[in-house]
Amino acid sequence: MTLTGARVVDPATGRDGVVNVTVADGVVTAVGDQVEGRRVDLDGLVLAPGLVDLHVHLREPGREDAETVATGTAAAAAGGFTAVCPMANTEPVCDHAGVVEQVLRLARDAGHCDVFPTGAITRGLRGDELAEMGAMAALGVRCFSDDGMPVRSAQVMRRALEYARTWDAIVCNHAEESTLTDGAQMNEGELSTLLGLAGWPAEAEEVMVARDLVLAHGRGARLHVPHVSTAGTVELIRTAKARGTRVTAEAAPHHFTLVDEAVRSYDPVYKVNPPLRGKADVEAVREGLADGTLDAIATDHAPHPPEQKEQEWVHAPPGMLGLETALALTLTELVDGDVLTVGQAVAALSTKPARARDIDGHGGPIAPGAPANLVAFDPAQRWTVDAQVLHSRSRNTPYAGTTLRGRVVHTLLRGRFTYRDGALA
Amino acid sequence: MDHLLSIQDLTAADITTILDTAAGLKDIALRPIKKVPTLRGRTVCNLFLEDSTRTRISFEIAAKRLSADVINFSAKGSSVSKGESLKDTALTLQAMGVDAIVIRHAASGAPQQLTRWVDAKVLNAGDGWHQHPTQALLDLFTIRERLGHVEGLRAAIVGDVFHSRVARSVCQGLLTMGAEVTIVGPPTLLPPRVDTWGAAVSADLDAVLDKTDVLYLLRVQRERMGQQFFPSSREYARIWGVDRDRLARLPEGAIVMHPGPMNRGVEISADAADAANSVITEQVTNGIAVRMSCLYLLLGGEQATA
Repeated sequence: MTLTGARVVDPATGRDGVVNVTVADGVVTAVGDQVEGRRVDLDGLVLAPGLVDLHVHLREPGREDAETVATGTAAAAAGGFTAVCPMANTEPVCDHAGVVEQVLRLARDAGHCDVFPTGAITRGLRGDELAEMGAMAALGVRCFSDDGMPVRSAQVMRRALEYARTWDAIVCNHAEESTLTDGAQMNEGELSTLLGLAGWPAEAEEVMVARDLVLAHGRGARLHVPHVSTAGTVELIRTAKARGTRVTAEAAPHHFTLVDEAVRSYDPVYKVNPPLRGKADVEAVREGLADGTLDAIATDHAPHPPEQKEQEWVHAPPGMLGLETALALTLTELVDGDVLTVGQAVAALSTKPARARDIDGHGGPIAPGAPANLVAFDPAQRWTVDAQVLHSRSRNTPYAGTTLRGRVVHTLLRGRFTYRDGALA
Repeated sequence: MDHLLSIQDLTAADITTILDTAAGLKDIALRPIKKVPTLRGRTVCNLFLEDSTRTRISFEIAAKRLSADVINFSAKGSSVSKGESLKDTALTLQAMGVDAIVIRHAASGAPQQLTRWVDAKVLNAGDGWHQHPTQALLDLFTIRERLGHVEGLRAAIVGDVFHSRVARSVCQGLLTMGAEVTIVGPPTLLPPRVDTWGAAVSADLDAVLDKTDVLYLLRVQRERMGQQFFPSSREYARIWGVDRDRLARLPEGAIVMHPGPMNRGVEISADAADAANSVITEQVTNGIAVRMSCLYLLLGGEQATA
């Protein structure tokens, strides 16, 4: 089949122009003027490498009421993703090969997108004993994280970074110095004081990131900083990159689109960890994405069932959906806001996260011989988010009712449509 | 007025109306039969999901003096894990057709959330560290009654402002009514960005005493010591506690207030609490009239226009 007429945006090759892409047997076979096999007309659309999300919660095993691997990967396909990296905080925890195998099998059976599980750093996410990274690495795990649970001990973190070097694997530590966030509910500042909610200070993130950067630098190890939310963290990573620390970092769409003012409603749909920050932090995160300090846009897709979210703010768990709105939020807020070019946006959503996690075959290039993992989106289409029709099992999106620009039309995984003409294939 | 959630939602004119109405209702307490038929046939639910005897009783008396039917719903804590959710409780009360819900809750924002699920008028009787509007109103009433006015007075709010819904509400109420406010306490017990409140801030109680017309002391919970907010209650009392000596340094006519319950010997010495310029028991008395006023304006006002 030949995908014709699309503007091909491929950061891996630097291509940005209208060209035909022929796909056969799951791989790209030609890029040019050719029309071979069935013709799929993509006039007016952008064709890009399939999106890659470094940070999602698929909840299975354990919290299938919130999401399953099947529903979460369906949401991923609908959002234009061909690869997602689910976090280890399942029940049981993904701290051994058995859970990795289970998640991989469930994803394969569902067939909506590739899944690259993140393994736990420590057993049970408890922060004391290292998990058996080797058994997980043997199944292809490239990154270890106790997501949501910071590795408190500097010694354990140092050992984890050192031990992971065996596979040149990446350690991703939830950046929260928890002695500074006891009971924390929202960004610390004028508003937390007025709303009577315990503050989550920027320093709690920055202290932890600073520690981890120093440790990773000293060990020559690979560190990934998840969901960067403060201006100080962006600056710390910028400085570390300049001095050669092996660090990559991600930002979540809600941290470059929403501010803590939203908490005034006390609607827990706005509760996330780290919390929504102030305007200056949002600006800094945007600048970090623009100058490459922050490599990737990662959603931290965190489904919760309604009865969990419809509680008092302090009782509601943190987290919001992300997979089905990430591309449109990036286009609407960052491309229309002159923060990123379309090429940079695709790089942050696909090429750079794939490289940051050593995920071959995703993130481009769109070139002969490469697996045909692709997304076609209509950059002009405006649509209004309707939480009721999302593919996720949960509904906790703060963007319900928001009109965004840019809609996924097709997603292809190794040449097969997983999402076609705006519907699951 | 749809609900009474926060003192910040009220203008100076709104507050004056509430206080004037309360002044008229206060006399009912002096009658042999302390009851008027104003809210006959209306149902008020006291939904107290955090321990509180004083405030609940005050609201109950207020509602009963206006002839409302009062039901009390008390439970400790509220979350899905602990039993029925706030939403389901709200839907139940909604189905039963109550006219007003007086809610006390440990979670900041719970009263505001409640308004999404019920048609009843919601009165916030204290939520987390957020707001306690009727406390602020009864304090303003007491100040006005004692000193004749609020505008232009110099008030000092002393103590654990960080964890205090009363401090937030009283400070905002005083500022709305044109008083000057100084927040005093150890920096660890002052909220972040307290500088944005429109009040002066000081760590030195002795420096502000002789410029204070209203000295408002806050309860200091002993558990804060374990969290390293301050080293010991003895040291707290020495630096920020009010005793007879400090009382003597207040200007002539100044009053001492406390929302209760007091920790005698920590933020206030026993002799200071019982001194002639202490209006602490008057605050309690006035609470009933002010709460009657709020219930009347929320429920009776609607009836009048219906």
